[in-house]
Amino acid sequence: MSARDEVFANIRRSLGVSGNETIRRQIAAERLERAPKGLIPARGQLPAEDRLAMFRVQAEAALATVTELNSAADVPQAIATFLRDHNLPATLRMGNDLRLTAMPWAETSLEISHGPSQGADLNAVSHAFGAVAETGTLVTVSGPENPSTLNFLPDNHIVIVSAKDVAGDYETVWNKVRFAFGKGGMPRTVNWITGPSRSGDIEQTLLLGAHGPRRLHVVIVRD
Amino acid sequence: MAMTVHATSPQFKQNAARALADAQLQRALGNVKQGFIDKRQKAADKLPEFEALRDAARDIKNHTLQHLDLYLEAYEEKVKGSGGHVHFARDAEEARAIILSICREAGARTVTKGKSMISEEIEINAHLEANGITPVETDLGEYIIQLRHEMPSHIIAPAVHLNATQVEQDFRRVHTNLDPKRDLSEPVQLLTEARAVLRERFLAADVGITGANFLVAETGTSVIVTNEGNGDLTQILPKTHIVLASIEKLVPTLEDVSQILRVLARSATGQEMSVYTTFSTGPRRSADADGPQNYHVVLLDNGRSAMLGTDFEEMLRCIRCGACMNHCPVYHAVGGHAYGWVYPGPMGAVLTPSLIGVDKAGHLPNASTFCGRCESVCPVRIPLPKLMRHWREREFERHLMPATFRSGLAFWGFFAKRPALYRMATRAAMVTLGFAGRRKGRFTWLPFARGWTKYRDFPTPQGETFQARWRRERKGRRA
Repeated sequence: MSARDEVFANIRRSLGVSGNETIRRQIAAERLERAPKGLIPARGQLPAEDRLAMFRVQAEAALATVTELNSAADVPQAIATFLRDHNLPATLRMGNDLRLTAMPWAETSLEISHGPSQGADLNAVSHAFGAVAETGTLVTVSGPENPSTLNFLPDNHIVIVSAKDVAGDYETVWNKVRFAFGKGGMPRTVNWITGPSRSGDIEQTLLLGAHGPRRLHVVIVRD
Repeated sequence: MAMTVHATSPQFKQNAARALADAQLQRALGNVKQGFIDKRQKAADKLPEFEALRDAARDIKNHTLQHLDLYLEAYEEKVKGSGGHVHFARDAEEARAIILSICREAGARTVTKGKSMISEEIEINAHLEANGITPVETDLGEYIIQLRHEMPSHIIAPAVHLNATQVEQDFRRVHTNLDPKRDLSEPVQLLTEARAVLRERFLAADVGITGANFLVAETGTSVIVTNEGNGDLTQILPKTHIVLASIEKLVPTLEDVSQILRVLARSATGQEMSVYTTFSTGPRRSADADGPQNYHVVLLDNGRSAMLGTDFEEMLRCIRCGACMNHCPVYHAVGGHAYGWVYPGPMGAVLTPSLIGVDKAGHLPNASTFCGRCESVCPVRIPLPKLMRHWREREFERHLMPATFRSGLAFWGFFAKRPALYRMATRAAMVTLGFAGRRKGRFTWLPFARGWTKYRDFPTPQGETFQARWRRERKGRRA
C-alpha cells in the first residue's frame, strides 16, 4: 500500500468510516461550497468614516505610520516628503500596478525603478488589494503588479490603500478575492501585513526590523 | 514506528533537577512569567467575542477532524490543480527521504528554513547535513539555538531559555569574519547582525522549507504566521518551496482559518494579529515576477491518524500557540528542555507520549500540579489536565511506574478506602505538623518528602484538616 493510501486507510479506520458515506461527503462538500462566515467581531462593523478611523488606530497600534491624502495625484510628493523626513535616499521600487505607475512621479526627484526586489532596494511601494479595520491589517496579492518580494526585502515599505477598499473584517476581503480570482481560486500569495517586521526572541524584548521592513508606512487615498 | 527518536524525556526528573539548579536558566524563565500572561489577558479583554471565538475555533477543528479524510482529498486536489505536488509520509523516516529527494532534484547546497516544529519532530536538519546539504534556520530564535546545537525550549519562542549575553557569545564564536571588537551589548545590535548574516543566506538558498500553521482545503493553500518575515523570505526567494505539515493542520475554508486566526496571536503573544499572515497556493504563475517555481507539500502522519477516535483525539485540535506553557507553573520552574523532546509544557506532556510512547514519556503527564490554567487559556479548549490524567491511568495500568510509587499509591489507597481511618490519620498528621512547625510557619525539610522540600518550603498546617473545617463551617452555616 502506498503511503498515501495507508494514511487515508488509518484515518478512516480510526474514525470508523469508509469514506463513501453520502451524508458525510455532502456535509464536507457543502461546507467547502458555502464557506459559512462564523462569528464576526462587532468591532469593525462600522460606517465608512468610522471604519477608516478604526483602521488607522489599529495600524498605528501595530506600529505602522499612517497618512491620508485626498487624491492619488498627491502620493508621489507625500512619499518624497516621507523619505526626506526620515533621512532616507530618494529611491523607490515598485511593480507595474497601473494605479501606481499612473501617479505623477516625474513631479518629484525620486529615482523610480520597477520590478521585484533582488535584496538591495531600501524603499519600495505597493498598492494594497484591501485592508481590514478590525486589526489594522493590509492585504496584498502577488503578481507583476505588486511583486511579493517588495513586501519583505526593502527596509522601508510604503503601502497605498484606497479608502473604499478598507473593509471591516477579513471575510469581506475574502469575498473580494473570490470575486477577482473565482471561487476556490487564489493568487499565488495573499499577504496580510499588520505593522512592520519584529522579533521578541532575545529576552522577550520587542525589536523592530527583524528580517522584513523596519518601517511600514500606510498611505490612505480618498478618491 | 520506524523512527529514531533522540528524546531525553525518560530522564525528566534529572533534567528538571538540573534546570532548577541552573541560575542562568531561572533568570531567563522570569521573562516567560512576566511577559506572556499579561499580554494575553489584555488582548482577550479587548475583544468581547474572544470566548465565543474560542468555542468557534474548537468546533471548526472538531468538525475538520471528523471529516479529515474528505478535507485531505479536497486539499490534495486543489494543490495539484494549482501546479503543486503533494507527498504523504507515514512517519519521520519517510518525510526525511521525500525532502532529501526534492532537495537533491533541485541540486540544493543550502536550504533556508522557517520555524517548523514538525521539522524538529522529524529531525530534518541532521538528515540534510549528513547528506551534504546545509540547513539554515532563519527565525531569530531558531537561528540562535541552531548555532548552539540545541532544541527549541518553547514552541513559539525557541530561545526563551537564553539571555542576551549568551547570544552575544555565540555570535562572536560563529560570525568570525566580523570585527571582534564590535559592540554587541544591546539586543538590537544582535538583531541587526543576525539580519545581515541571514539576508545573504536567504538570497543564496536553493530550497526553502517552511511549516504550516494551517492548510486550507477549499483552495489548496498553506498558511504561515510570523512576526519577523523570515518565513516569507524562506518561501519566495528560492526556486523550490517545501511545505512540511502534519495532517491535522487542515481546516475547510478561508472563513474557518480567519476564525481561528482571531484567537491564535492573541493567545500566543497577545498581539491582535501577527505581523505576517501569508496564504500560499502553488508555484509562481506565468505572469509572476517572483516566487518559487516548484511548490511541494509533505503531509506527515507520524502517529496522528492513530490518535483519532481515542481519548487523545482532542489533542489534534492544538494550534501551537504556546499559551498552555506560558501559564504552566511546572514550565515556569523547569523550562522547555527538561521535557526532553520537541514539545514542552502541558501540550507536550499530552502529545509526546502519543508520538514517542508512554514508556518513554510517562514522566511528562506526571509533571503537573493539575492547577488547570492550561485548559483555561487554551484557544481551542483542549482539556489538557484530563488528557494528562488519561496518560497517568495508562501508565499505572501498564505497570510503568516505579515500585516505590506504586506502593505509595497502594498505601494511600488503603486509607482512602477507609474514610474513618483516613480522617483519623490525617488529623493526627496535621496536628503533629502544626505543632512541630508552629514557630517558623514552614518546613524546609520533611521526612519522606525531601524531593519536594528541596526546592520549596512546606507551609505549616493550621492544625485542622480540610474535611474537619468543611464539616465545621457547614454546621455553622446551617445553624
